[in-house]
Amino acid sequence: MKDVIVIGGGVVGCSIARELSRYKTDVLLLERGNDVSVGTTKANSGIVHGGYDAMPGTLKAHYNVLGNAMFDQLAQELEFPFRRNGSMVLCFDETQKDKLQELYDRGVKNGVKGMYIVEGNDKIKQMEPYVSDQAVAALVVPSGGIASPYEMCIAYAENAAQNGVEFRFLSEVTGIKQTEGGFDVTCRDGSVHQGKVVVNCAGVYADEINNMICPEKLHITARKGDYVLMDKTCGYLASHTLFQLPTKMGKGILVTPTTHGNILVGPTATDVQDKDDVATTAEELDQAFTKGTITEPSLARRNIITQFSGLRAHLDTDDFVVGESSVKGFYNVAGIESPGLTCAPAIAVDVAEQIANKLQLKHKLHFDAKRKAIPHFATMSNIEREKLIERNPLYGRIVCRCEVVTEGEIVDAIRRNPGAKDLDGVKRRTRAGMGRCQAGFCTPRVMEILARELGCDMMDITKGGGSSNVVIGRTK
Amino acid sequence: MKKINLVIVGGGPAGLAAAKAAYDCGERDILILEREAELGGILNQCIHNGFGLHTFKEELTGPEYAARYVAEVKQRNIAYKLNATVIDVSKNKVVTYVSEEDGLVQVQATAIILACGCRERPRGAINTAGMRGAGVFSAGTAQKLVNIDGYLPGKEVVILGSGDIGLIMARRMTFEGAKVQAVVELMPYSSGLNRNIVQCLNDFGIPLYFSHTVVDIKGKDRVTGVVVAEVDEKLRPKKETERLIPCDTLLLSVGLLPENELAKNAEVQLSNTTGGAVVDENLMTNIDGVFECGNVLHVHDLVDFVSAESENAGKCAAEYIQGYKPCHEKITIRCTNGVRYCVPTVLNKDDVYAAQSFKMRVSNVFKKVELAVLADGVKVFGKKRPVVAPGEMENIVLSAEQMKALKQASDVEITLIK
Repeated sequence: MKDVIVIGGGVVGCSIARELSRYKTDVLLLERGNDVSVGTTKANSGIVHGGYDAMPGTLKAHYNVLGNAMFDQLAQELEFPFRRNGSMVLCFDETQKDKLQELYDRGVKNGVKGMYIVEGNDKIKQMEPYVSDQAVAALVVPSGGIASPYEMCIAYAENAAQNGVEFRFLSEVTGIKQTEGGFDVTCRDGSVHQGKVVVNCAGVYADEINNMICPEKLHITARKGDYVLMDKTCGYLASHTLFQLPTKMGKGILVTPTTHGNILVGPTATDVQDKDDVATTAEELDQAFTKGTITEPSLARRNIITQFSGLRAHLDTDDFVVGESSVKGFYNVAGIESPGLTCAPAIAVDVAEQIANKLQLKHKLHFDAKRKAIPHFATMSNIEREKLIERNPLYGRIVCRCEVVTEGEIVDAIRRNPGAKDLDGVKRRTRAGMGRCQAGFCTPRVMEILARELGCDMMDITKGGGSSNVVIGRTK
Repeated sequence: MKKINLVIVGGGPAGLAAAKAAYDCGERDILILEREAELGGILNQCIHNGFGLHTFKEELTGPEYAARYVAEVKQRNIAYKLNATVIDVSKNKVVTYVSEEDGLVQVQATAIILACGCRERPRGAINTAGMRGAGVFSAGTAQKLVNIDGYLPGKEVVILGSGDIGLIMARRMTFEGAKVQAVVELMPYSSGLNRNIVQCLNDFGIPLYFSHTVVDIKGKDRVTGVVVAEVDEKLRPKKETERLIPCDTLLLSVGLLPENELAKNAEVQLSNTTGGAVVDENLMTNIDGVFECGNVLHVHDLVDFVSAESENAGKCAAEYIQGYKPCHEKITIRCTNGVRYCVPTVLNKDDVYAAQSFKMRVSNVFKKVELAVLADGVKVFGKKRPVVAPGEMENIVLSAEQMKALKQASDVEITLIK
């Protein structure tokens, strides 16, 4: 029997697994997909929120401020892309300026430090020269930041694995039964896994997992958000994360740099019935882009390189559910929508401590908090590049020309634990295929490398697991 | 740092022709850098015929056409590196490349010819909504998978865009047993060659829908269908015309973009219309000694034209190394009234003494027009055309006498007289 079974390999599940791995304990993480970071974690804004937005007293507010403060050390330990670029909330209407003050006051109540309000378009433009002429005032939040959400999740997962956590993929949980010392967790493939404690981190499906065992039912709505991603040549347009002041018309669209130098515009918000429905729609993409131009009028459609959508797990209660449920030993971490990414590190520490207390776990003597990132050829100096190729000539083979990704990096991504098993897994770990040609040139090469490293046929290579095989057969 | 007179970035048809011509003009210190494992560039995956009618007066396949130029280069013992990717070109003409064999190498060049071709416009650039599963390929990626790697991307195919690669792939996929349901073209005309529409679609009964587009892509893991709709004159889809075409593959042939990332690093001035460099009659960019030719400069219809243009670039680069320097006084040609762009765009005033050809594209289909060159508003050249279309590059040649008129003008315009 395992000590802990974590359900879900998103940033919440992986961070909890990692924090648990500080203790002498046996942890199994079950993930429905082919990889970690394939649900909400892979497609969101990647914002490390300041913490002024959430209502005082909520779990969102509590974990936001705690989580935000953890990022500097965490990004250093786990080597994932993070930058404290600061956020700004822009106000476009003189009569709405008191709303900025409201946000400021709320931020103070939540414990956010360093915020201030700037007034006048010229002052705003000194900070963000390309912002709209219509912006009249802004709340500046220096503690705001950006992180690469999927790389953060992968870093957590690798560090957890390093410290003994076991990952099991293609393991959709279909049933949970309470037994004498714990729980039997059944997966779609028929396998049954026993654990003393179960942690439900199943994202948009966390209600279904909860409802398998808890008398207190949860209801999660999948709220879809469409994004457009701009070419790196537009990267100069914004250095802060630029929010729009929420109005009667809704929350507004953000324009933010990404940690890799693109500009991201979005998200829209539409409730969807199907929790796998990540289809973008023409209307929403248009809405995201058009609203983005309110902030940045010089955004040009021709510089869009891709568009995607993600689902937020929205609980009817509008706040997170974190902690042990009425079923002893069954923990919920549910409804983790924005500012979920920011909160994840703090939630993870909290939940891991609760479980450690319950199971009376002791700290490991040799916990290794440090995870080394895959060498990133594109951002190295030429001297570093020379040394790297000398050490391993595969770093001298450029596979993705747009993002300058080498075969060495791709092989590294595949050989890690948990490693990349498909094109998307390689993409999220190395950026191969994320550039302006959107994998046009590198797809066949990456498929070959995957097939070689995994010892399988080209026909078995998928885009993102399941039946997403890239090719369907041999030619005549 | 190693010094080399002429570094050619790209060993495709443009780079090979440029190297051959530079050699024949007396230049011996040449290095071609090619990122793939073979010379020949994209021609290697173009196994259909139709190449070389202009250059060799016979129909060759892509690999055959490439082989002729590869042989010319090898015969002259011109140096080349394979699996060598150029990662930077500076405006001081330092070329940085990496390869498994050599590691990271920097070379100081006297002249550089950028001949790195173009890339396909991906789905993201055309904003097609829908799911993002497997089964959406750019036509060129599918061509590589089929022709080089020997794999079939799908069985039921819809092709968006009627660019030449899309048309060629419609036929190719049909040969491989796939069913091509339709080719869908946003514009009321094709950007591909007429001969490809006849030989690749009509001969196989594949329908081509003009003024249609794909508005949605269905299917979670893999494409299960696309929603196609007719568009109005402003290219907006008409909701009431939407219909689902079941398929497992969507190929995109929606345009080619010159790949000018290296040129940008070198601060080469680029044209917003072509995406390629702004060049003078020597195919030299605003950076002294940096030349462009082939599809990195502007996308061509036929490889024969790429070869001809690139031979000119090779010759001019050799002359530059031998001491030719362009004069300071320039004339910039304006393109008006339906002429989208022309190459070259800049003329060196003192050097305009020989006959000169101009290549251009128009912005729409026009019937019964005259392509005209005006010097200070006065027509110095005219060429009547029954029909011009964006898909077919136009070429005009001005005699030495006519060029003299341009030399004296303060304003030169290439235009369509309708």
